[in-house]
Order: sequence, then C-alpha cells, then structure tokens
Amino acid sequence: MEGTLNLIGAGLVVIGAGLGLGKIGGSAMDAIARQPEAAGKIQTAMIIIAALLEGLAFAALILGK
Amino acid sequence: MVLPGRIVKNTLTALFAVVPFISFANSANDTVQAHVEHAETTEVHAEAAHADEHAPASKKDAIDAYIQHHLQDTHDFTFFSDEEQGKHYGFSLPVILFDNGLKIFSSGELHHGEKVANVDGNYYMLHHGKIYKTDAAGTLNYDQHHHPTNVMPLDFSITKNVVTMLFVAALMFFMFIGLAKSYKKGPIPTGMGRILEPLIIFIREEIAIPNIGEKKYRKFMGFLLTVFFFIWILNLLGMTPLGVNVTGNIAVTVCLALLTFFITQISANKDYWKHIFWMPGVPVPMKIILMPIELLGILTKPFALLIRLFANITAGHVVIMSLIAMMFVGKNLAADMPISLGLTLFISVIELLVAFLQAFIFTMLSSLFIGMAVQDHHHEEDHDHHTDEEPIII
Repeated sequence: MEGTLNLIGAGLVVIGAGLGLGKIGGSAMDAIARQPEAAGKIQTAMIIIAALLEGLAFAALILGK
Repeated sequence: MVLPGRIVKNTLTALFAVVPFISFANSANDTVQAHVEHAETTEVHAEAAHADEHAPASKKDAIDAYIQHHLQDTHDFTFFSDEEQGKHYGFSLPVILFDNGLKIFSSGELHHGEKVANVDGNYYMLHHGKIYKTDAAGTLNYDQHHHPTNVMPLDFSITKNVVTMLFVAALMFFMFIGLAKSYKKGPIPTGMGRILEPLIIFIREEIAIPNIGEKKYRKFMGFLLTVFFFIWILNLLGMTPLGVNVTGNIAVTVCLALLTFFITQISANKDYWKHIFWMPGVPVPMKIILMPIELLGILTKPFALLIRLFANITAGHVVIMSLIAMMFVGKNLAADMPISLGLTLFISVIELLVAFLQAFIFTMLSSLFIGMAVQDHHHEEDHDHHTDEEPIII
C-alpha cells in the first residue's frame, strides 16, 4: 500500500512537471514565432526556467522516495 | 560593508581547500536507503563490496542493493570486480579515523566488509560503506530498521570521492595555469587554453556581468569559474565507467551551497540587510511580518541549489543503472538487450546535457544571489526625491 501511494505521488509530480514544461515550451514557441531574431535569448531563458522546474520535480521525487 | 578583495579571496581559497575533507563517507544516504533495507536480510558476513546476488531474496532487491551501492562512496577505488572468484581489481585508499586519537590504516584491512580490522587493539567493521567500532568478533547490533547501533568513529578517510575531487582540483589547476601562462606569449591562447577561453568569456559576459554588474563582478569571477568547472567536470566524470558519483553525494552539494551562502552573506552590503530586516517603503506591521519570511528566504535559496544539483545527478545515475538492470530482469535476453542499451544510450546523451546544464544553473543562480546582495540600491534615492518634487502639469 505504501508503495502504491509512493507511485501515485510520483505520477502527480510528473504531471506537474509536464504541465509546467509544456507551458514554458508553448510560450517560448509563440515568442520565437513573433520575433525570430530574438530566438537565442528566448531559448536561453527557456532552458533556465526548465532546469529550475526540473530541479523541483526531481527534488520531490527524491524526497518522496 | 564590503571586504577587501584580498580577504575575500583568501577566505574562498581556504574554504575551497577544506571542501575535500568535509566530504564524510556516506553522510546522508541513509534516508534514501531506508526503504531498500526493509527487503534485505541481515547477513553482514555475506556483504562483499559488489554483492548483488548473495543475500537478497529476489532479483529486484538485488538490483536495488546494487544501485544503492553504486551511488555510495567507498573506502577503496575498485575499477571492476569478478563475482565468481571474489576478486576486486583496484587499489585501497587510506582510512583516517579519529577515535580518541588518530588512526590511519589502509582500507585493505577492512576486506570489503567481510572481516574485522584490528588496529591497535580497536576493532572496526565496514557495513554499507560506514565504519563502526565493534569488538573482536565483529558483532553489529541492529535496531528494527536494520541499522547498526554501534558507535561510529569520526571518519576523515580519503575515500573515492575525495580522491576524485583532489584529481579534479589538480586538473583544473594545471589547465588554468597553462592558459594563464600562454597569455605571456600573445593575446591569443595556444593549446588547451583555446577551449577554455570562450567558456570563461561566456561566463563573464552571460552570467557575471548581467547579474553582478560591471563594477563588482571581478571579485567574484574566481568563485564562479571554480564552481562552474568543478561541477561540470565532476558531473562528466560521473558519466564515465569509473563509477565515481561525487555531485550525487549530498555532502558535496551541501558544501558547495554553503560556499555560495557564506559568500553572499559576507559580501552583502547594508542595503541588503536593511531589505531583510526592515524593508523600507512598507508600513510597520508589514515589516514585522515580512522579517521572518525574508530570513527564511535567505536559507531556502541555497537549500534549493543543493537539492537541485543532488537530485538531478542522482536521478540520472539511478535511471541509467535501472535501464541497464532491465536486461537482467527481463525474460528474453536477445530482445531486451538492444532496447535496454538503446534507451541507456539515449538517456546518457541527455545526461551529458544535464551535466553542463546543472553546472550552468548553479553558477547562474549563485551569481544572481551575489548580485542581489552587492547591488547598490538606486531606488532609495528615487523614492525620497519623488515626494519632494511637484509633478509639472502644463
């Protein structure tokens, strides 16, 4: 039973991370479509925010296990 | 109050030199292991250094034990081992214990946890990477979670992680000394420096100057460059078959986050502390409420730094090892092997990107915190001036 709760929690963490990253990616795509010459800066900012979000997701996974 | 650059530099050097010795073997990996140990039986005498198929009942527990063992720090540097013959190929590292006096001996005497080591009348036993003080028979008293309750002496050993960190420190030292020397010949570096110079300029232009500012970034460049290359090279070494897992060890990431924390607090100026304790421009009851929140904020920022690095690297290693272990759990070897190896290759390529990215994120957030601490606050004068001037309406 405890293992099942762990897995459900891990699934919720992955859903949260997936939603967050999807939103970041979508906004980045829109921004690059509007202004293709700023693509470099937008990409850098997107990677940074993605890494922060991954950090939270991994932290939750490791702390949960 | 800003310390002179000389004192900051010497403090940083002294703190950095202490980092390898603060890395105690296996300080906090027990919290991750606690769930695995429920399944294992208490057969200490059967615990060889790479024991995966001995005591545990099922293959899954054996794989769990194997993965946990490979995430840990060991007292010897084993390259590979032969299970059937029980031979380990590698070399032993010195064990330095402080137990009413300094005891230094080679880890070969610990025999990978199979026999008791007899040092000057004291008996030590190695169990799951930690050294416990026992009697001549090697008895370990367990509590209900199968953790030994014997006394543990203070462990300052030169373990595998310490050797790796010293090696990376020496490597960085020679790389950058070589780069600095090649500048004597001309403005364009030769040799190894050609790779390093664009990276250093990248850190200066993209990370240091935007966050810390043109006037003050020079003092902190040493720390930022060191942290960036240290974490990057250690992450990359973790990907090699050497089996070193340094940045996945929470003690190392705690020390790195502590370094960032101390540097931001020591070099912070009065505006920073004023914003934390007595935020200007806000009514007094709000100031009282905001103060504990801001104090907590000082602590959570380095905590997030260390958890991010530790969790990313550890998760990467666990995923790669689990994918390789998938071969052994599956029923059909011929079909499982290409899938497993293909996925492992894919994940390893992603992990190479993660190695660089985590170093970059750590450095960038450190520079952001340092920048927030040392920036001159121009807004204060603007607030005061706006109350004096009348808006000019025509």
